[in-house]
Amino acid sequence: MSKLSFFLGCIAPNRYPGIEAATIKTLEKLGIELVDLKGASCCPAPGVFRSFDKITWLSLASRNVTLSEEMGLDILTVCNGCFGSLVDANNIMKEDPKLKEEVNKILKEIGHEFKGTIEVRHIIEYLSQEVGVEKIKAAVTIPMDLNIALHYGCHLVKPSKERHLGSTENPRFFDELVEATGATSVDYEDKMACCGAGGGARTAVLDTSLQMVMNKLEHMKAAGVDCIIDACPFCHLQFDVGQTEIKKKFNKVYDIPVVHYSQLLGLAMGLPLSELGINQNLIVNEEFNKKIERIRGGANE
Amino acid sequence: MSDIIKTSDFDMEFRDEVFKEPDADKITLCFNCTGCTSGCPMAELEPEYNIRKFLRMANLGMKDALLNSPYLWYCTTCYKCQERCPQGVKNVDTLLKIRTIAIQNGIMHDNHRKVSQLVIKLGHAVPINDEAKEKRKDVGLDDTPPTVHKFEDALGEVQKLLKITGFDKLVVDKEETS
Repeated sequence: MSKLSFFLGCIAPNRYPGIEAATIKTLEKLGIELVDLKGASCCPAPGVFRSFDKITWLSLASRNVTLSEEMGLDILTVCNGCFGSLVDANNIMKEDPKLKEEVNKILKEIGHEFKGTIEVRHIIEYLSQEVGVEKIKAAVTIPMDLNIALHYGCHLVKPSKERHLGSTENPRFFDELVEATGATSVDYEDKMACCGAGGGARTAVLDTSLQMVMNKLEHMKAAGVDCIIDACPFCHLQFDVGQTEIKKKFNKVYDIPVVHYSQLLGLAMGLPLSELGINQNLIVNEEFNKKIERIRGGANE
Repeated sequence: MSDIIKTSDFDMEFRDEVFKEPDADKITLCFNCTGCTSGCPMAELEPEYNIRKFLRMANLGMKDALLNSPYLWYCTTCYKCQERCPQGVKNVDTLLKIRTIAIQNGIMHDNHRKVSQLVIKLGHAVPINDEAKEKRKDVGLDDTPPTVHKFEDALGEVQKLLKITGFDKLVVDKEETS
């Protein structure tokens, strides 16, 4: 059994716990044990922290990394933002001896030392590279015959110099994981476009940030999909909460359900719907729920 | 007609400060191909947000105009421009450095300040609440995640770290600083 520490971040555990629960249960079925990363904090949020003060961002991210180093485990994240912060920080600390020394002076005062002994992984690239599509297909008990709009999100694949995951404009690895569950990843206009939440934009300039996600929702709607599949709780929040904000501010209704890949995997592995938290979203689409029920039959109970 | 740019407004010390970010000096290699701005999803919505112009302004040392532009905060850090630049300009990383200098000059969105203060107080930018605790229980999880929310010592470490780096003072309420 492979073993990793589970870095929760903020939005998954504190807004969309279904993502956390689905991740633990589906990875267990794939022979991956997730261990609590006790005492971890915010990654910290790169848009604000990296903008405000690089040393603070680097120190706090490095503290999170050292918690996992102390357990001798690589870190698993389910969030593009956390992935970006932790991978970038881990790489900088490994490559820049001067910054490492400066940050380690700070970490020493709270009883930690960055050594550079572990890697930071994102659930999607980990499943793609370490588990593989065939093994996931074999674990699927109910092929989810859905048409989905896939949202990679930016920081899963960019900056490519730090990620090494191939093309950032036409990647395929996440589509392959979706198709392993029996779903169809439908092509739509500007598929790789940003959700608009990152960089502190959602916090600073909400209306403009919502207009960006509205562009994506328009394109997804035009493609006639059953739901959105994402791999980041912040994108997830932007799509889910964003749709309710857009309804209020711009009087536009999309009603597209938002599902994290771990939750789609849970559906395809026959896990009870109540444990996946999909209906804890603000956007609850009855038509989608009926379709899920039709596909899964008795497994919904 | 465009505003006239006065060379007397150029602040080369500001440019030097920006160039302290590794590879930020690559903005001098820009030959205005506009690949960055033409692909920018924010420029599509808000033409005033122009990353190429901002980096050009930084290279000219146009400190005041740049730091006071509200559009400095529109970038979502999607990194599309940085990926596309044929000259290897670190568009996003350089913009973040410019933002840092703005912060050091006291220019900060109130909502960003609030998020920062949440991390200082609770260790999370988006902390737990009662509704989330119920949701956690409903999906079979413990009502409190095993993060700084559960371990007080760990929260203490985070708070001490943010004090050592001076972050707590950086994001203190405006009234308290004056």
